Amino acid sequence: MSGIIVVTNNFVRDIKDNQGGSLLKWIDYQAPESVADAVKILADSDGKARPLAGGTDLIVQLRVKDPRVNAETVVDIKKIPELNQMDYDKSGGLTIGAAVPLHLIYNNPDVIKHFPAIIDSASLIGGTPIQGRATLGGNLCNGAPSGDSIPNLVAHKVIATVAGPNGIREIPVEDVCTGPRQTSIDSNELLVSLYFPNPGEGFGANYIRFIPRNEMDIAVAGAGVSVNISNGKFVDARVCLASVAPKPILVEGASKALVGQPVNDESIQNAAEAAREAASPISDMRGTAEYRKHLCEVLTRRALNTAIERAGGN
Amino acid sequence: MTTTDYDPNVVLSTENDFKVVGTRPVRHDGVDKVTGRAIYGADYDASGLLHGKILRSPHAHAKIISIDTSKAEALDGVHAVVTAADFPEAADKIMELGEDETKLRDLRGNILARDKVLYVGHAIAGIAATNAHVAEEALSLIEVEFEVLPSVMTTDEAMADGAPILHEDQTTEELGDDSGVVSNVAKHFQHIKGDIAEGFKQADVIVEREYNTVTVHQGYIAPHNGTAFWSADGRLHIWCETQGSFVVRDSLADLLDMPVSMIRVTPTEIGGGFGGKIPIYVEPVAALLSKKTGTPVKIVMTRKETFEGSGPTPGSKIKIKVGATKEGKITAAHAWMAMEAGAYAGSPVGAAAQCVFAAYDLENGLIDGFDVVVNKPKTAAYRAPGSPNAAFGFEQALNELAEKLGMDPIDLRLKNVATEGTRRVDGPVFQRIGAKEVLESMREHAHYLSEKQEGSGRGVAIGFWFNIGFDSACNIALNKDGTVNLTEGSTDVGGSRTSIAMQAAEVLGISAEDVRPSVVDTDTIGFTAVTGGSRTTFATGWAAYEAAQDVKKQCITRAASIWDVDPDHLQMEDGIISSKTDSELKMTIKELAAQLSDTGGGITGRASVKPRGVGGSFCGNIVDLSIDQETGKITIDRFTAIQDAGKALHPSYVEGQMQGGSVQGIGWELNEEYFMSDEGKMNNTSLLDYRMPTALDLPMIDTVIVEVANPGHPFGVRGIGEANIVPPTPAIANAVYDSCGSRITQLPMSPGSILEALKS
Repeated sequence: MSGIIVVTNNFVRDIKDNQGGSLLKWIDYQAPESVADAVKILADSDGKARPLAGGTDLIVQLRVKDPRVNAETVVDIKKIPELNQMDYDKSGGLTIGAAVPLHLIYNNPDVIKHFPAIIDSASLIGGTPIQGRATLGGNLCNGAPSGDSIPNLVAHKVIATVAGPNGIREIPVEDVCTGPRQTSIDSNELLVSLYFPNPGEGFGANYIRFIPRNEMDIAVAGAGVSVNISNGKFVDARVCLASVAPKPILVEGASKALVGQPVNDESIQNAAEAAREAASPISDMRGTAEYRKHLCEVLTRRALNTAIERAGGN
Repeated sequence: MTTTDYDPNVVLSTENDFKVVGTRPVRHDGVDKVTGRAIYGADYDASGLLHGKILRSPHAHAKIISIDTSKAEALDGVHAVVTAADFPEAADKIMELGEDETKLRDLRGNILARDKVLYVGHAIAGIAATNAHVAEEALSLIEVEFEVLPSVMTTDEAMADGAPILHEDQTTEELGDDSGVVSNVAKHFQHIKGDIAEGFKQADVIVEREYNTVTVHQGYIAPHNGTAFWSADGRLHIWCETQGSFVVRDSLADLLDMPVSMIRVTPTEIGGGFGGKIPIYVEPVAALLSKKTGTPVKIVMTRKETFEGSGPTPGSKIKIKVGATKEGKITAAHAWMAMEAGAYAGSPVGAAAQCVFAAYDLENGLIDGFDVVVNKPKTAAYRAPGSPNAAFGFEQALNELAEKLGMDPIDLRLKNVATEGTRRVDGPVFQRIGAKEVLESMREHAHYLSEKQEGSGRGVAIGFWFNIGFDSACNIALNKDGTVNLTEGSTDVGGSRTSIAMQAAEVLGISAEDVRPSVVDTDTIGFTAVTGGSRTTFATGWAAYEAAQDVKKQCITRAASIWDVDPDHLQMEDGIISSKTDSELKMTIKELAAQLSDTGGGITGRASVKPRGVGGSFCGNIVDLSIDQETGKITIDRFTAIQDAGKALHPSYVEGQMQGGSVQGIGWELNEEYFMSDEGKMNNTSLLDYRMPTALDLPMIDTVIVEVANPGHPFGVRGIGEANIVPPTPAIANAVYDSCGSRITQLPMSPGSILEALKS
């Protein structure tokens, strides 16, 4: 064990004061330096260990005693080389380690040149201090329906590389989130990296969200989209929505409405309406269900127009 | 901003040529605050300090059947548990809390619930433990058995026939008399001037409409906190963030049934208040815990506790009817206002009644006010309490009237504006006021004369706050280097230390920097009422003026004795004592100060005052905004605030107050609300989801200071802290109407509701 952090959550052991009184509740902190060691700690913890990347969600959840986070051990993954990599490969794909903080992503020349749309999310999550710590991997594994990077990762067809006791497996990112704060990554598994495949010719993407203020807010609705355009037609397209279902949803109907169609207002509107139909939001303090469905249409239309512009199309 | 760009466009006060008043010295507390050295309540620490936490009600309305604290008391690290049973029994009485008054029994019931809990967040028990984590753990070990009762969350629900009753012993005070009827309406009052039925007969045009606002919080950055130490000799010492250390002292004396002389309250620096830090919450609980443990106990609320367990400002229902002749002369106006008091009587509807028609000279007016208890936290003062709710109604109705009459909305207001000698519907007759000058300044402002941006809407409105006087004390001691130590008892929420020091400096003819102002504890200064009602610069400043006059007089007397001349032949101007008859006799205050010890000892001036010549303040807004037609989101494009300061003692602070009040009004209008569940629980108890505007949501708030001197103050000062929060809500609503043609009568104007309005 290389250190300890103090939280007020379910206690592992008591520390007694000199009157025998219970003082603080402790959580173990471990910082392995290899994927194998990290997986071993996770596997040995009986589901009560949580990987710690930037901690901008996890530490807050532990502090407020979020019942969904039942952690007796946090496993700091920032010392593992594979989780800190940023590699642009010969095939035109980009690997981003699960522990790479957002500020390194939006300042990376390969990202700026080849995957600029991911900056829409990386520069949107939190303020500057948070962006010094927060990661795309953490945003994905936190599994919040409102996660501002997840629709963008889905739009980019990202593949998640996950290590576990039985070795490495790869999951399309749209299959990672399974419900509110639930993912298909097992408690004994570790997200190692996210792979952005070469997006191909005529590509453009965009993520936008709607919030009542201009900062410091959770998305009422969000839309991450991507298009590939050739000869004035959509040859590929993806629309993924945030905050309007138990998990981010890939709108198949929007892809169908676009692929093979000419780039024009009508096809864009058809995709926007498909997004509206696909959304199944709840009414809460952030907005009514009806308003959120409406926003899905508006945001999809606006994001598609930006993505098309970025693709150099139209 | 620098001193050179200060150019009030209406100056009626400066018959005197001031040296310090009207300048912009650096604030005395500035360095400590920007370097993090200033000590706030939550910073307080002491040897052996225990940490307190408070168990709060999960129910909006329930009987407490039993409370069992034994398991919590048995937990290692827990030192004491207290409940309402630990309060001494004392006879009920009415307590003055500065801007508010309340019954002792109600105050006690709000601090720790006795038989019933009346809102989610209502405090039930306090725990002191070795640290805050153990205290928090122990809360879950207190077993409370409830009988849950149906609740009422709005004035409509509370006033309905057969509504669940919060207080079985509360009977409605109907027009001054006890009606004997048990109800949630604590009070119904009326103010009548003239005959509105007759007035409406003379009207060519009538506007009648209903408006609704919801509960909003002041949103001060520092949650409530307090540390208590009950020492072995029975003396109680409190350190806390409060707007009135003497209110804390006097409230504690009543609650704990002990003499005020046994209680000392040391106010720390304060992280905002806006009225919300006038009442006490955690201090008595910390005191009871300290009494049991014999050690100091500190309690600091979380943000969630601050939302649920302190006092917001009420939701309200306002019905307005106003009529005018086709020439634009208002013939009659009726305001029907019901305001949520929260769990105990005492909403700001009385203050709202003093403000709703104040800007206008009405021949016929009727105001109905209803103070209604509901199952929400007891409301507290919030910057011009009640006035923004009232203005949201009446100032919208006036614009609607202007449109029907085909008149400019400012011209309509000017045609009916109140001036010196106008008797308000609620009684008082105005001295010299600046309503007309504020409106004229709005009409002539470049913003109002400019072309609107395409697609944007423009709105105007004005607002009023009457301001208060009350007690203040000040001592000034002359140091041997000619500087002075100024001590006073007004908690400095908005720069008052400096604005008070400047008034002493003006009298003594020294610089503001040569005054060292300190806000001191209740054992160290004479009784001083709350920092509230925009009274502090006015009233404590007046005490400083009088104390400085005392010092000045003593300086002259001392110089006369040194020179062996008649003091009547001496004068003191610009810090120099001189003879009116002998030009050789001349001495600076610094030269005199150096000789004090050798010529009879030190000089200390003192004053306790209760000034009456309070001058109310008017503030107007011009707002341009645009609406995203697809999402309903409002962007404020341009915002101008124009306020009568009487005399702007420190123009930067006046501008800061105007900007701050404007921002709070904008937040109230756009997105702030207590988002309540069906069970009466607030869902958005964080600053993430309680959406106050951030810097990115606001344009620069342009300010224009109008100066119409208050004849009731030596420098013409009016309080300027509050009127500025009043006009934003109606001004923005009027701008939304101008933009999209829909009258928004329900706050907040969140994007979803604006989109609905756009569709209709």
